[in-house]
Amino acid sequence: MAPEPQPRPLDGLKVLDFCWVAVGPMITKYLAEYGATVIRVESSKRPDTLRSGAPLKDDIPGINRSGYFANYNANKLGAAIDMRHPKAKGLILKLASWADLLTENFTPGTMESWGMGFDDLKKINPKLVMFSTSMLGRGGPMEKQPGFGAVLSSLAGLTFITGWPDRDPVNPYGAYTDFIGPKFAVASILAGLDYSRRTGEGMHLDMSQLEASLHFTAPFMLDQEVNNREHTRMGNRDPDAAPHGVYQCQGEERWIAIACFSDQEWQTLGGIIEKSGQDWPRQDRFSTLQARKQHEDELDRLMGEWTSDWDSQELMRTLQAQGVAAGVVNDCRDLFSDAQLTHQEHYVYLDHPELGVYATERSEVRLSLTPGKLDRPSPLLGQDTHLALTEVVGITEEEYQALEADGVLI
Amino acid sequence: MPQNPDPAQHLLSPYRVLDLTDQRGLLCGKILADLGADVVQVEPPSGSPARKLGPFYQDQPEPEKSLYWWSYAANKRGITLDLETGKGKELLLRLAATAHFVIESADLGYMDGLGLGYDRLAEVNPALVMVSITPFGQDGPYANYNAPDIVGTALGGFMWLTGDADRPPVRVSSPHFYLHGSAAGATGAMLAHTHRALTGQGQRVDVSCQQAVARTLAHAPQQWDVNKVLLTRMGVYRQTSGDNVVRISWPCKDGYINYSAGGGGGGSAASTRALLQWMDEEGLGDEYLNSVNWEGLGYGEMRAELMVRVIDPLMRFFSAHTRAELVEGSVQRRILMFPVSTPKDILAHPHLAAREYFQEIHHEELGATFTYPGPFIKDMQGSRLGLRLQPPVIGQHNTDIYQGELGLTPSEMASLESEGVI
Repeated sequence: MAPEPQPRPLDGLKVLDFCWVAVGPMITKYLAEYGATVIRVESSKRPDTLRSGAPLKDDIPGINRSGYFANYNANKLGAAIDMRHPKAKGLILKLASWADLLTENFTPGTMESWGMGFDDLKKINPKLVMFSTSMLGRGGPMEKQPGFGAVLSSLAGLTFITGWPDRDPVNPYGAYTDFIGPKFAVASILAGLDYSRRTGEGMHLDMSQLEASLHFTAPFMLDQEVNNREHTRMGNRDPDAAPHGVYQCQGEERWIAIACFSDQEWQTLGGIIEKSGQDWPRQDRFSTLQARKQHEDELDRLMGEWTSDWDSQELMRTLQAQGVAAGVVNDCRDLFSDAQLTHQEHYVYLDHPELGVYATERSEVRLSLTPGKLDRPSPLLGQDTHLALTEVVGITEEEYQALEADGVLI
Repeated sequence: MPQNPDPAQHLLSPYRVLDLTDQRGLLCGKILADLGADVVQVEPPSGSPARKLGPFYQDQPEPEKSLYWWSYAANKRGITLDLETGKGKELLLRLAATAHFVIESADLGYMDGLGLGYDRLAEVNPALVMVSITPFGQDGPYANYNAPDIVGTALGGFMWLTGDADRPPVRVSSPHFYLHGSAAGATGAMLAHTHRALTGQGQRVDVSCQQAVARTLAHAPQQWDVNKVLLTRMGVYRQTSGDNVVRISWPCKDGYINYSAGGGGGGSAASTRALLQWMDEEGLGDEYLNSVNWEGLGYGEMRAELMVRVIDPLMRFFSAHTRAELVEGSVQRRILMFPVSTPKDILAHPHLAAREYFQEIHHEELGATFTYPGPFIKDMQGSRLGLRLQPPVIGQHNTDIYQGELGLTPSEMASLESEGVI
């Protein structure tokens, strides 16, 4: 007999999802992983930008070939609806009365221009929770400014504190704030749904990605405000540790991060270095944190000389076995074989009709009783339109056929 | 933003969180507190170790003056309790019996060693949600590794992709590893809460900060998985795929801006067109760039031979303008451009000011008022979330909780104090 399927915490939650690009789809992926029914609305007339985002399988163009899109849209149903079609509105309102939650990350004002602002939607579904997110939030002089996370890192003050003090600042990799926002958004959405369940009152929650991201730099904003001190980039240094850096190991572009916050950690590290026949860790200029900070350039140079004879993995294991903080700098190939991520089954493999077997990222939270599950590859554009509209939402076959004949479902 | 005078109407008002975390997990409870939960930070009698982290108010390294503590403890209440004493454990179990959440970020095995692990807490409260925030999760080969920020960020894959190509990989010069994990802890807490609300069953939530960081890498892991392309760090440039490279950081007259030339949807091609037109208007246009079919390019598609042609004309234009001029023009023209902001710029940002993002909190103990980052999300119909409370001073709410809720007498409290339990 087949085992009972494990319950998931969001079983039965109905989500109408207009999110696109990275931040929105990542948010609704958490919901889908934990059991929600997520109907992702798209249109072949204006497909999600991410559908043409690299990597395209084998570099062959195609609307269903992006690994970027496939990662963030696993477990969702794909429905194709041309939102600007005059006959789309009735259908969308039906979907909105079906849904517990509507999510979108268009430029503020877009939903309203379709007659689907929160005020319109709450009339047909008073319990609806609507979640919107945009770069800078609804309201304010720059609300409509287009953008994307790679540059928003700069507005949030993160670029200014990344890089070397003697060089120009560099952006943290990728659309970094796109991956900060979801960690605030999902908790907020679930809090809103809890409130709606208890009180019968829906709500519109609107998240500025900038304002959420600023919580990652809050101490430095307070430092500027109360002490008038401008925190700036320090390479890899930390005021409370030495050594504290990334050092080269054997091989091409192999690096290890090592940090000693206490003198005891330093003495342990020094002992390991001395075993390879070097006595510099005993020198007075390195004996205390203050002294090491004073001679940190020299310390970093000697550390780098010492680590260059080591295999990075072996050095990490050797140092960690004695409690010294050390970690290899994993590149993106390494992540797939990293011992811990493999143990955690961080990458889940799904079979996709056009990509073949591909890796999608599991969430970083594990629930003991009701774990998440990723078991459905991202949808081909419009793949589930019929299923979603008839079986899930419950419109009649006749209605479906009429909408299709009218060209709404493309 | 006007505050709701009745905090009982906030989104998570009915729920009590016992926050046992140190600096590694404070943000999780802060998120729940901003959403309206009653978060009680439980500190050792000498104060949380997070209070030792700088920067400090007026550079005075005292427990009530840590700006790190302020940032992530605001909106919580605070009590002291020594969990290593028998009476302390007993009191924690009494508090856990009626709490909805316990959050902790201790070293692996510490809570179990105290006899306060999940199994014990679930005995007194089967509906409890317990969230544990650790560098690598509760088990696995790295589970006991010593992982300060730089080590975790390296193992999470973030550092490899960040920094100048001719120098070692770099981190952001402020710790983010545990912030990613503790923020994700709020997601886990609310997922488990949803199940509890529907079934009455509590459970354990195990958070891995390494996994949280490994999910910040955009499409870089997929580039390897799908096409076996290994992206690397490129300083002021960004590699969007195989041989597509886009410059994002540019010097201007008085600092730096970010601008990403490109084609495709998401406003990207339109943004490029708008910039080229602006350049034309000022006589700094470029005929070749005007002739490129930006609309026909994919998102992030930028061949090296095109990037080379982009650099000089844009450099000329940007270096003729200040950050303020460029930002003002880009707002009007819907160009994808942002300044490389300093903390000072952020505090004075007109959009944040118009939204009344920053909010004042009065610190009774210092007799002064400070400006804090406001809520990370807005309730568009009212204010059923937001900042309510200053960060607690050590033991600020001991009387409220121990006398008011647990019914201890003043003399019982006095003896617990003299025994060093609270």
